[in-house]
Amino acid sequence: MGLLDVKFEHDNVMVTSLDWLLNWARLSSLYQLQFGLACCAIEMMAASASTFDMMRFGVIPRATPRQVDVMIVSGTVTLKMATRIKRLYDQMPEPRYVLSMGSCANCGGPYWEHGYHVLKGVDRIIPVDVYIPGCPPRPEALLEGLMKLQEKVRNETLAKKKTA
Amino acid sequence: MLTDFGKILIFFIIGVLFTGIGLATAWLIRPRRPYPAKNSIYECGEDTIGSSWVKFNIRFYVVALIFVIFEVETVVLFPWALVFRSLGMFGFLEMVVFLGILIVGYIYVWAKGDLDWDKPSPKIPVYIKGVGVVAPENNQQQSAA
Repeated sequence: MGLLDVKFEHDNVMVTSLDWLLNWARLSSLYQLQFGLACCAIEMMAASASTFDMMRFGVIPRATPRQVDVMIVSGTVTLKMATRIKRLYDQMPEPRYVLSMGSCANCGGPYWEHGYHVLKGVDRIIPVDVYIPGCPPRPEALLEGLMKLQEKVRNETLAKKKTA
Repeated sequence: MLTDFGKILIFFIIGVLFTGIGLATAWLIRPRRPYPAKNSIYECGEDTIGSSWVKFNIRFYVVALIFVIFEVETVVLFPWALVFRSLGMFGFLEMVVFLGILIVGYIYVWAKGDLDWDKPSPKIPVYIKGVGVVAPENNQQQSAA
């Protein structure tokens, strides 16, 4: 088993330093799956462009799920697309994260009531780490969601979690 | 004490170690949790159609072969050009003979159509019983069809 899967017993200084190093390396280079579905994808493109620049966070879009850490589901998830999303999520290697961007991916959005073809929220098929509300969320909101994901990665630990 | 080649060897060893340590660290750290859906072949989320092994076009081999031959010729031309003045007329005529042999080969390759990407479909002469072998445009039987 890889080092990231090992759960150390004691939370000593070596484990915390290793934690810090590994988490810092991972959160500074969260490669994203180039995955735009609808209007939120336009905002994601704007976030990657010059004024907001997602790439300075280390988020580089990759075309294949084999090389990515995070999948940003931006846009309406139709039932037809849902099977592909599940398969792409399965093909991502661990450790993997999902950012649900926009109202449609969070809960079905404006189609929640009459949308017969819409999956009401991408968390029905894959586990989501950060939800970004908005229709569509501004690029700054996407960057904040990204930073919240980075916080989540920063707090991961190799030591066993202390049960209360 | 260390020869120049020795310095290059050190460079090479450091390069190999750099790559090796990076790959080894990744192998140590990453989790290994394979399951069938994860190991499936990537085709943008769709079911894969057909095999991933495609037939390699033979034209690339032909182009590479011809390139290598004329590249070697060019490589031979460079040192000859440097000492050309001291060789005199004999050196010049020797190179003319060498180039002449290769130009004959070049004309052969050109005429055979190996330099074309799309080979034209050849007109194959047909045999008609009682008449003999005729060119296809003179073939009355085929033009009727």
